[in-house]
Amino acid sequence: MRWGRRPAEEADDAVAPGAGIELRDVEHAYGERVVLDGISLTLTERRIGVVGANGSGKSTFARLLNGLVVPTSGTVLVDGLDTRTQVRAVRRRVGFVFQDPDAQIVHPTVAEDLAFGPHNQGLPDDEVQRRVEEMLGRYGLADHRDHPAHLLSGGQKQLLAIAGVLAMRPRRIVFDEPTTLLDLSNTRRVARVIDELEQDVVVVTHHLDLLSGFDRVLVVEHGRVIADGTPAETVPWYVARMD
Amino acid sequence: MLSLYVPGESVVHRARAGLKLGLLAALGIGLFWVGSPAVMAGAVALVVLAGVGLARLPWRALAVQVRPVWPWLALLLGFHLLVTDLRTGSVAVLRLLTLLAAAAIVTATTRVTALVAVIEWLAAPLRVFGVRPARIGLVLAMTLRFIPLVAERAARIREAQAARGAHRVRLGMAVPLLIQVLRMAATVGEALDARGADDAPARRPRRRTAVAS
Repeated sequence: MRWGRRPAEEADDAVAPGAGIELRDVEHAYGERVVLDGISLTLTERRIGVVGANGSGKSTFARLLNGLVVPTSGTVLVDGLDTRTQVRAVRRRVGFVFQDPDAQIVHPTVAEDLAFGPHNQGLPDDEVQRRVEEMLGRYGLADHRDHPAHLLSGGQKQLLAIAGVLAMRPRRIVFDEPTTLLDLSNTRRVARVIDELEQDVVVVTHHLDLLSGFDRVLVVEHGRVIADGTPAETVPWYVARMD
Repeated sequence: MLSLYVPGESVVHRARAGLKLGLLAALGIGLFWVGSPAVMAGAVALVVLAGVGLARLPWRALAVQVRPVWPWLALLLGFHLLVTDLRTGSVAVLRLLTLLAAAAIVTATTRVTALVAVIEWLAAPLRVFGVRPARIGLVLAMTLRFIPLVAERAARIREAQAARGAHRVRLGMAVPLLIQVLRMAATVGEALDARGADDAPARRPRRRTAVAS
């Protein structure tokens, strides 16, 4: 299949890359309720964790990073691209894995769903097929190629959701609580998958074990980043604060 | 139709989805010219033989799709026995059975993406009215994907209500189900954005799916 690309998208991609993701005085509100308040950060590390209590604003923070949410005020730049004005180019660079894989899998069978993202990117048929095969093999889904997605186990669904994003080959991937709905075995499996990724990752999680080996951890509370450092610095501090 | 594809390499599997849907439509029209129960019974037998022989489908794959319709076929026959006669009733029932079996063969041998691509191709003329065929195809694929998921969520709500003493299926189940479905719809919308659905080009030039057997 040949898919036309709009000239505007090519122009978006041609923007000279900056370094990582930059948030400049970002505020976001749902109506009157402010969920993120005055966040200024530069994210350049390969592995970044985000922790915080329920309702702290961390999921909204994650959604800012690939333009699913546009800040009420302030600016989010991904490699120099503004999420407000160059959202398509941003989403090509930043993949997003949701907490509930059932909401992310949109095609009835495994292989068809893996092909969805690359198709949307306008890749030719043979390349789409190559990527589908690669993902089926890498994540042990080859035997499930034509299986209905709703019959997969929870762990397999999350792997399919991750594979669906990886098939688009983004430079960075944001995970929004990817292990919350999984049992211990599948949590470890997904943790291994994240650990082996060559892409830069931002992982929002309640599972603090996931963050060992990360370069940086942000603690979000009431819409603000209240702690920012290495896991060794921030995780024990966060645990003590939650007690 | 819901995930009933049976992988295979038969000649029917390899045939283009558009050809299969075209033949199905032609069969649907052609059967209305047949008035003989014997000929109609022959048509049922031929279609079933084509499914098992040509398409190399297991009996079960055909039976799964036909089984839920038996009560309706029986009702239809009963209705005809009351208002017309056995001959007319049996022709009507056998006609439906033939079409059901043929449709079962098409869905069992054709990937959803290939069927969706044909629908998009058929909807292509609607572009002049501003309709995006790719969107129609996506809606169709997502409908097939989410029907079992919504059924699963409904079952969970039923279990939760039963665990709290409500043993009958009640209308009240509709409210939590609606809330869950709306919440899921919001996330699905985000997922579509994140996976580039809005980037999908307006034109899909070929009908075949990119995913090989």
